[in-house]
Parts: sequence; structure tokens; C-alpha cells
Amino acid sequence: MTSKTAFCLLGSTALATLGSAAAAQDELNALVWCDHTDPALIEPFEEAHDVTVNLREYEGTGAALATLEQSRPGDWDVLVIDGIDVFRAIDAGILAPLPADELPTDDFFPEVVMEDNNSRDGEIYAVTEKFGYNTISYNSEAVDEADMQSLSTVWSEKYDGRISIYDYYLPVMGIAALAEGIDTAAIDADALGPIGDTLSAMRGRAASVAGVVAAQTALATGEVDIVVGGGEWLTAVLAEEQPALTWTIPEEGAVRWTQSIGVLADSEKPDLALEFVKYIVSPEGQARLATSSCFWGMPANAGAGEFLDDDQKARLRWDDQEDYLAATQLYPAPDTDLDIEMQDLWLNTLQQ
Amino acid sequence: MTARADTIRGWGFAAPALVWTAAFFVVPFVVMAAMSLATLDGRTLIWGLHPDNYLELASKAYLARAIVVSLEITLTVTVVSVMLAYPLAWIIAFRIPPRWQRLALLLAILPFWTSYVVRSYAWLLVLARDGVVNQALLGIGLIDEPLTLANTRFATVTGFVHFFVMLLTLTIYANLVQLSPNYRKAAADLGANAFQTFRHVVLPLTLPGIMTGAFLTFVLCIGDYITPQILGGNTELTVPQVIMVQLGRRADFPLASALAVVLMGLVTLAYLVMSRWLRLDRL
Repeated sequence: MTSKTAFCLLGSTALATLGSAAAAQDELNALVWCDHTDPALIEPFEEAHDVTVNLREYEGTGAALATLEQSRPGDWDVLVIDGIDVFRAIDAGILAPLPADELPTDDFFPEVVMEDNNSRDGEIYAVTEKFGYNTISYNSEAVDEADMQSLSTVWSEKYDGRISIYDYYLPVMGIAALAEGIDTAAIDADALGPIGDTLSAMRGRAASVAGVVAAQTALATGEVDIVVGGGEWLTAVLAEEQPALTWTIPEEGAVRWTQSIGVLADSEKPDLALEFVKYIVSPEGQARLATSSCFWGMPANAGAGEFLDDDQKARLRWDDQEDYLAATQLYPAPDTDLDIEMQDLWLNTLQQ
Repeated sequence: MTARADTIRGWGFAAPALVWTAAFFVVPFVVMAAMSLATLDGRTLIWGLHPDNYLELASKAYLARAIVVSLEITLTVTVVSVMLAYPLAWIIAFRIPPRWQRLALLLAILPFWTSYVVRSYAWLLVLARDGVVNQALLGIGLIDEPLTLANTRFATVTGFVHFFVMLLTLTIYANLVQLSPNYRKAAADLGANAFQTFRHVVLPLTLPGIMTGAFLTFVLCIGDYITPQILGGNTELTVPQVIMVQLGRRADFPLASALAVVLMGLVTLAYLVMSRWLRLDRL
């Protein structure tokens, strides 16, 4: 090999290395829920910052934490997480503090700022980005709408075999608690007895216990007429074609879900990750996230209203949020031991 | 060449397979078995020889029930699939002219070309209250009200059988076409009728193919998560579904590993029971 050839090879290798390093600088890796994978949400950020956002969907906080534990430090920059599980991520030390003065939480619906939930020792580690309700979705042409206004008549004999239950134990057990007059925050081991009885009654009337897609399919195809644990996230994307599919919050109340976003402590691009978080909670980002093709939900930032049209607001029931927020409770956030007991109760009920 | 050189050459040829098996089966299995004996303290994994996860299998009714449900579904699917696949393979092997057999086989396995998940959702629609099956039964007056077919064990078994009949047809067909026609002719010469020939000659000779296909069906069916999750409607849970629940929220890898080891045990048991007839080289 001549020295000139060797020099060319070394030069091209160096350029390739630099090129890949440069490419790596322009990437952001985020562990997210499926609503963040909508190009309409991500592309504006990518264009504005000249970066590629690599997204990986996950289901279940346990799966996310396991993915992070099995990754190298720095592999991930941003984490979207169930609002009630932010404390688990803080306990695990995986979230970086966020600059409170750069987040528009003053514009948020006050009930979903959840400062106690998202912060510790005066530091904010995550910010709420989206919320909604686990309540009762139904086909208004197939059920008596008056029956849907009380949990006592939703899973009654009248609808035997016409019900699907959303396949996530925490919100459904929250609804069962509300049916028993127990606040979701007050759920403890002693409360699991009556909650279990209600779950059994609910389960006895149900045709299926279904995940998001299966529940939507069941409701859309008429396989069932009611989804316990459903809400705007289930029916909003179907509303255009099937306006009879709707949802309500019964008089006993319903359960509120939230999702939060934070920057990972090991991120090698904390500034870019923070910019992404700021984009997501900005009014424009919030409007796009709220109407994501995967599922709709209310934006935490009320300023998003300026970027939503009347039809989108109507489907999100924008004007009813004050009442809804007052009538709903955050879904249960059990500690590890209670979580195990709740999951065992749920699985036992499914196996009945 | 010396015997020693032969031995070295033999090991050389076997080495890639051994390395592959060690890397992708032995090591992962040992890690999984070790994980099944670990415990979780919060998010901290504590390695050791703790039987806790196996004791949980005995103490929690839903875990034991999941094993029973998995076995019941798997055995039903295996038996029904064999009963449907054998006549189909027979017809293709002996009743269809050789020049059309390739096309017949192609048609038999055509559903393999579609996505497993899409096929499961398609079954969900077919078995729905207003699906094709119910509409047909209502149309011909056999029923007055739609039957509940979707989100049941029947739906799960149907989805599985649709898939495994294709697999079994291939393995049984491969066995049947290797069977010399002289066996059947000899049986007929000796006075056996068609049923006796099948019962005493063809069936015993094709049993290895049946058992090989049945074993594969058992292995694939008992470990499957997608079909029961989509078609069963969570009306009962199989072991893979329970494993996913353990991983999804709590990331309880030790308990999930213990369940996976139990699944491996069931597959090993099936292998031991069927090993007398298994001929994996027929695949």
C-alpha cells in the first residue's frame, strides 16, 4: 500500500467518523407513548432544530424502566411517563431537574400542574403534558343514556355481555372504588375487599377485557356497547365516522389520567432534550399532541386552545373541562406493596 | 488421516452450531433460570437461590389457573389441528394429481403470507356479533340471536387452529409422500380393506410426521401471546399473558422468568411424552 493510498484511507475513515459523530449530535432519543409518534407532532420540532427525533414506544412504566436499565447511560434523552409513576422515576434517579422558570405551567389547567407529583425537594423533574379521563364510553344508539349517568346502572343485568372493560387495572379499580364511594387516594389494602366485589360484578357482565385497539374495535363494530374505563382517548378518533360513540362522566365521578414528560439525567444532550420538552408543552406542541393520530386527550396547557379549531375543541369537550376536572380524581398511585396486591386482585378477577 | 485429526475436524464442523446454541439458547436459559431464583426489592434485583417466585406459583390461584388454561387450550388446538390437517394432507398427497399437488400445497399455506396479527384481528371481525359467521347462521335460520363467539376460548382456538393446520398439513404431507404405495398394495393383497389399511399400515407409518407436527404445534401454541390476547378478550389468561402483565408495569423479571421456566418444563414434558415417535429430521 502506498503512503498516498494509506493517507486517503485514513482521511476517509476520519471523515466518516466525524460524519457519524456529527450525525449523532443531531439526534434525540425519546422513550414515549404512541401519541408522540405522530409526524405532525414531531416534524415541526425536527425542522426547527435540524435534528432527527428517534422515538421508541413502550407500554407500562415497568417496561420503560427496564429499557433504561438495560441501555447505556446517554442512550436516551427524553422520557414520557404515566403521571402517577413520576415518583418511581425520581426514586430511580433517572430524571434530571427542569428549570421551572422555562416551563409555562402558569398557563396550565391548575388541577393538572401536579407540582407535588412532579417535583421533590423543591426541584421539578417532570411536567404534565396531557390528561384525560378513564370513565364510561358507550354507543348512544344502543344504550339508554340515562343509565350511563350512574355507575350503579352501567354494569347492570340490562347490559349483560354488552360491556368491555379497559385492560389496565389501576383506572378500572379506581372506577370500582368510586362506585363504592371510596376516593382513589384513599385506596388501601382494606379497601380492596369492596373494590374486588365490584370488580367481580363488573367482570361478570363483561364480554371482554380489552386493550386500546381491541376496545375501540369492539365498540366500533358493535361487539359491545359500553367500555368501562374508556373516555375521549377511546372515542374521539372514532367520532367523525361514528358520532354515536361518545362518553360521559357519571355522577359518582371518574378517574383522571395524566402523562408527564421529563429529561433523562444521563442525557448527553440535555439542552436539546429540554428544548423538546418546552416544544411539547408549548401551545402549538400541545395542540398537536392533543389531536395525535394515535389517541386524543386534553392538553395540559390551556393556551393550546388558540391552536385548536372549534370541531377539535368540541370533540375534546373543551368547554366542559372545568366541570370534568372537578368531578374526577387522579387514578390510584399505589406504593409497591399495594400495587402488587391490586394487580393480584385484578388477575384473580380476570381468571374467575 | 488419524482418528485424532478426524475428531478435530468433526469438532470444527460442529463448532458453529455449538457456538450458536450456546450463545442463543444455553446462555439465555441459564440467565433466565438464575433470574427466576432472584427477587425484587423495590427496583433492586437481589440475586440468590430464592424459591419465592416458585412458591408464588403455588400460592396464587391465578398463576396456577394460567398454567391449566394454557395446557387446555394447547391440547385442544393440537388435537383439532391434527384431525383437520391429516385428511387435508391425505387428499393432497393421494387424491390430487401430482402436477397439481404443488399448487394445492401453495393454496393450503397461503394464509401464512399474511401478518399473524392482522389475521388475528380479521378473525375477531369474522366472529363478531355482526360478523360473517353470525350473519350466516342468522340468515339460514339456525339461530335467532347472534352467538358470542369473539373474545372467547372458542375464538382463541379457532385462530390457533387456522394457523397450525397449515403447519401440520406440511409435516404430515411430507411424511405421506415418502410412504411407498407398495405398502398399501401389499395390505390390499392380504385382504385388508381401506380402513384396515389405514389403521394398521398407513397411520403407524405416518405417526412420526403427525407427532412432529403436533409437537411443533404444542411448542408454538403454549408460548403464544398474540392470539389469546387479541381473540380471547382476556376472559381467561394464559401463561404468556401473565408473563406480560408481570413485565408491563412492575418489570418483575424474576417472577416472569419463573413462569417462563415453567413453560419450558411443560414443553420438555411434552417432548418426553412424544419423543418415542418424534422424527424432527422429517421437517
